[in-house]
Amino acid sequence: MIKADLVDTVYQKVGLSRNEAAHIVEVIFSVMKEALRNGEDVQVVGFGNFKIRQKRTRVGRNPKTGEEIMITSRKVLTFKPSRNLRDIANGKVGRPHEAPLA
Amino acid sequence: MTKAELVEQVAQNINLTKKQTETIINTLFKSITEALRDGDKVELRGFGSFRIRQRDPREGRNPKTGETVQIPAKKVPFFKAGKELREMVDS
Repeated sequence: MIKADLVDTVYQKVGLSRNEAAHIVEVIFSVMKEALRNGEDVQVVGFGNFKIRQKRTRVGRNPKTGEEIMITSRKVLTFKPSRNLRDIANGKVGRPHEAPLA
Repeated sequence: MTKAELVEQVAQNINLTKKQTETIINTLFKSITEALRDGDKVELRGFGSFRIRQRDPREGRNPKTGETVQIPAKKVPFFKAGKELREMVDS
């Protein structure tokens, strides 16, 4: 599945043109990216949490040459799937992602 | 950022109500979830990709009792950030 397939699903679900659907999908991901860029977590109930982790400098090794190298400190993005998503991945029923917002 | 905040911010950027925006966002995550359920991977350019990783069964240990337990094979949803997002986060 690629982004165009997501756009199709959105397009079929709501009464929008394909262009509008494509635009909205772009906006959704860019809002999420902007939050992550600012170091903010993104929590999607029933799906999972995207989180920024600060990694410290450490010594690594080039597995090919055995040479030691410094791995600089950096920020990395991690995704923790929700219980719901993990259950669905394992063939359990899980809740469909339709829960209204509180 | 919670899903409610995501809905709010997306709605501000497009010509739709919060309710409509919420429906679209739910549809989007539902669609990704269903693809993963069916074993499909989801590749979103500029963002990253989702796929299912297979974990082999292994022996674990109950840290309290020291008892050995069998941990069955399982599938784990996995996200890999795309290059653009990785660089964005680390800048």
